[in-house]
Amino acid sequence: MTEKVLILGSGPAGLTAAIYAARADLAPVLIEGFERGGQLMLTTDVENYPGFPDGIMGPELMEAFRKQAERFGTKIISSDITSVDLSERPFKVWVGEDLYEAETLIISTGASARWLDVPGEHRLRGYGVSACATCDGFFFRDKDLAVVGGGDSAMEEASFLTKFASKVTIVHRRGEFRASKIMAQRVLDNPKVDVVWNSEVVEVLGDESVTGVRLNNIETGEQSELAVDGMFVAIGHDPNTSFFQDELELDKGGYIVTELGTTKTSVEGVFAAGDVVDHVYQQAVTAAGMGCEAALDAERLLEAWEV
Amino acid sequence: MGKNTTEATDATFAELVGESTPTLVDFWAEWCGPCKMMEGPLEEIAGEQSGKLNVLKLNVDENQQTAMQYGVMSIPTMIVFKDGQEMKRLVGARSRTQLEAELASFVA
Repeated sequence: MTEKVLILGSGPAGLTAAIYAARADLAPVLIEGFERGGQLMLTTDVENYPGFPDGIMGPELMEAFRKQAERFGTKIISSDITSVDLSERPFKVWVGEDLYEAETLIISTGASARWLDVPGEHRLRGYGVSACATCDGFFFRDKDLAVVGGGDSAMEEASFLTKFASKVTIVHRRGEFRASKIMAQRVLDNPKVDVVWNSEVVEVLGDESVTGVRLNNIETGEQSELAVDGMFVAIGHDPNTSFFQDELELDKGGYIVTELGTTKTSVEGVFAAGDVVDHVYQQAVTAAGMGCEAALDAERLLEAWEV
Repeated sequence: MGKNTTEATDATFAELVGESTPTLVDFWAEWCGPCKMMEGPLEEIAGEQSGKLNVLKLNVDENQQTAMQYGVMSIPTMIVFKDGQEMKRLVGARSRTQLEAELASFVA
């Protein structure tokens, strides 16, 4: 059976696309991937999603998105895709042995946390190295921690970790944060937070678990050691586009290229929305907006094709 | 709690992992998003491998002693035990397919 709309990914973009497509009677099928709910599942309070004046927990918000998509008849498949063929219509997407065919495809596979890729980091993952403060902060009560990064997610992680840790040192490559002013100020005002500016982590130290990080000052080239019990990495994200490398036009950073002002990709009938496209805004609300656009773009094309 | 998995506590842990049947323990907590992602896959694997693999869930919030004893510092962490010995440790959420591949040698 050929679906009218197949959606890949279950963050704000994918689920919003599903809500719109379902309400347009397109009976969308959404393959949610094992990272169900996307990056918001790793956050706590979301304070900037409109409509929630007191904030809402990320996982709660995504559960609400999901329920709304299901309410209008979205069929959700709880698996990961294993391969795709976008060379002709209907497009083909495999989940193991199961084949899904669709007239239009909306890709909203999002982005995943980037790691530093320095010695010791991989070996000590789960032993003091983490990219999820909300998951692992609990294990660092009264410990000293390093947070690497300078954007909003680094600020959020650092703030959250001060609830547990005795001290949080932010290590940042530049002399100022990229984060929004309100979040940066909140962190800088926190007495438990220290910042090491213009520095990068070049090695994670420790045999059984993290005992420190080796820092390199980018301006002076001077190296030093910072004793910490854990390191949380928040240096940004890479788009999840490995399946589409040979199928769609991607930019240098691996993001899917879309036609300006639309969600159309280089293949007619394939649309993309959310962080898999967006290396600029990367917000839940912009992703949701693009998901809506993708569903409307798909609906219009199906009408034109008279499918 | 799922119907195919068993809840372990600090008090029951040693006895439950002491079995000769391989036992996968999922260290989790309510506030951990990626732990929630693993609920479905673990439940399904537990159902399909019934008799070959026991699947336990240990809430680290309520059972800190066991979590500390095994040096769990990140969740989800999944540890395979056999006769009380740690055989394999998996840190972080992963897809069902990946998890099955990593458990294959224990359920052969």
